[in-house]
Amino acid sequence: MDLKQKNRKTVRRLTLVAVGMFGFGFALWPLYSVLCEVTGLGGRAIQVEQNNSEAVASDRVVSIRFDASVNSSLSWDFKAKEKVSEFNLGVPSTAYYVATNPGSDAVTGQATYNVTPPEASLYFVKTECFCFTEQKLEANESKDMPVYFYIKPDLPEHIKDITLSYTFYRHGYDPSDRMANH
Amino acid sequence: MTTEAIHEDLNEAHDDHDHGDHKPTGFLDRWLFTTNHKDIGTLYLVFSLTMFMIGGAMAMIIRAELFMPGLQLVEPDFFNQMTTMHALIMVFGAVMPAWVGFANWLVPMMIGAPDMALPRMNNWSFWILPFAFTMLLSTLFMDSGGPAAGWTLYPPLVLQTGSSFAFVVFAVHMMGVSSIMGSINIIATIFNMRAPGMRLLRMPMFVWTWLITAFLLIAVMPVLAGAVTMLLTDHFFSTNFFNAAGGGDPVMFQHIFWFFGHPEVYIMILPAFGVVSEILPTFSRKPLFGYGSMVYATATIAFLSFIVWAHHMFTVGMPLQAELFFMYATMLISVPTGVKVFNWVATMWQGSMTFETPMLFAIGFVVLFTIGGLSGLMLAITAADFQYHDTYFVVAHFHYVLVPGAVFALMAATYYWLPKFTGNMYSEKWGKIHFWSSAIFVNVLFFPQHYLGLAGMPRRIPDYSPQFADFNMISSIGGFAFGATQLIFVGIVWHCAFRSKVRATPEVWEGSRGLEWTLDSPPAYHSFNTPPEVTCNALSRAD
Repeated sequence: MDLKQKNRKTVRRLTLVAVGMFGFGFALWPLYSVLCEVTGLGGRAIQVEQNNSEAVASDRVVSIRFDASVNSSLSWDFKAKEKVSEFNLGVPSTAYYVATNPGSDAVTGQATYNVTPPEASLYFVKTECFCFTEQKLEANESKDMPVYFYIKPDLPEHIKDITLSYTFYRHGYDPSDRMANH
Repeated sequence: MTTEAIHEDLNEAHDDHDHGDHKPTGFLDRWLFTTNHKDIGTLYLVFSLTMFMIGGAMAMIIRAELFMPGLQLVEPDFFNQMTTMHALIMVFGAVMPAWVGFANWLVPMMIGAPDMALPRMNNWSFWILPFAFTMLLSTLFMDSGGPAAGWTLYPPLVLQTGSSFAFVVFAVHMMGVSSIMGSINIIATIFNMRAPGMRLLRMPMFVWTWLITAFLLIAVMPVLAGAVTMLLTDHFFSTNFFNAAGGGDPVMFQHIFWFFGHPEVYIMILPAFGVVSEILPTFSRKPLFGYGSMVYATATIAFLSFIVWAHHMFTVGMPLQAELFFMYATMLISVPTGVKVFNWVATMWQGSMTFETPMLFAIGFVVLFTIGGLSGLMLAITAADFQYHDTYFVVAHFHYVLVPGAVFALMAATYYWLPKFTGNMYSEKWGKIHFWSSAIFVNVLFFPQHYLGLAGMPRRIPDYSPQFADFNMISSIGGFAFGATQLIFVGIVWHCAFRSKVRATPEVWEGSRGLEWTLDSPPAYHSFNTPPEVTCNALSRAD
């Protein structure tokens, strides 16, 4: 093989590697999401079920802390009615948050959620949640926001405390708009 | 493959000029359209020295603002633009192109090849860069200002850059294309164009380290390109890759960025390892100790660089197991790095050492790089990192490995090979002045930053609590002096190239070994038109 062919072959192979790695950069996005779903990393692997069919009551109790925060794109007051409560595993339960819009315009918000320790999110089952849909608050309106959930009874023994955290964003919030809005 | 085949091919590649020492006449023909590896190497080196001065000027602005607590000189937003641009320019504009420049000059001469494998692509790789950096620098003069979120470009902060952000992203794309083409060229040259007898495990260490660096570049520059493309679409086309409100995840950007970013660190330092492995044997008049282990250590470092990225983001909230994995994997890197440091010391052991300027910079590298390596080990301890993260301790750490590390190695390489490139000796007196003031002031500049970091001073902040005032003032004085010292370097290079009356011999140094020293100083415009005979004696290793 002469040098020209050899060089062409090398270039072809290395270009393929470079193009492949460009694709791999994008593939990291779904790979990362799948990894989080399977392992619970990131604490967002919460299960969603329409009914409580799998719920089997257990004597074991965990303490759940309800955390609330609001992104700077929204000027709502948002907090849990009860910050910490104890729950029996496998028992369908309800927790309430309260959101208030102190402004003079109706605003739509959307909440994101997260569970700590991340491993616990695999056992956290929500049947209904205000975070599933966008929430509209009229001017000066205050609204109860319920979460219907249960914890699977096979929750690993070492998990005694769970934190459920919500962050409200203005619906359709895009961080790159900040320059335009301010 | 026959040797005639190589030369016929190269004649085709060089059909615009013939054999021998004939240079194209006319400025544009010589420099803009050049396909000669020596000319392109020179272009890269001049470009990176220019960028080093521009990035250095930005560092002066940063240190001037930090001279005293309070806001004196610049607005906080401009300060953040300076820290961001300083890093982007030094990483992508100064250190990386400088190494590509040395690779262009040296790789063909070291392996006995007449030129790079792909001379026209070589021209393109270089000429993209001035445009990329013009675009990047132009953002400073736009209404929305330059990028100010740090060179790591973390969202959501970086998405608040105005419309100039598109220029930043495209500039990064162009730098990536340039690096990838340069790397493909270097790999093709090394794989296909070695002189007969130049087996892989006989290659000089600089060629080896660059071969491995080139593979790292091809593997990770496209990942950075992907990451900034996602930022671009998040910013301008309402995608939600990294927007939490839209179901994306800003932490994922950090994972993707550092998957590129950690190998990038080694891209900047591996060629430095190669240079030091060339220089120490010459001035110790001994072969390099442990050549084989040097090659394998380099390859091991390159491999490990792909599995340690998350040590840059210990504080994002990872599970304990992941923190432990990344901690141990990171600490593992100190094993091959330690092998290298011990080999360098063993190379000097009982050698008849002399201390010309390149040797001084190489020894300075070994000592000061090791300090940076040790603070890196401290940062790898995940529990301790929660205190050090985003403080000046980190700034001190990576500046120790990059300035008295990579930059000192670049200086050493310049003093070592400049007589070969230009045919003139530089001024040894001024070289020594340059070394000693650099070595002293780089420590005055960066050592106090360790203490600032341990005391809790955050990085990327234009103002600070008065308790940090004294160390910051010392650091700034060191910074101004170090900056001024580099003007001496520019003067020395200029003098060596255009004014020096002392001619260099082909060997230049008493103990030099390797094919490049068998050529004249300066070498003919087209060298090794006939492949040299590679004898063990001509190489710097004993086998």
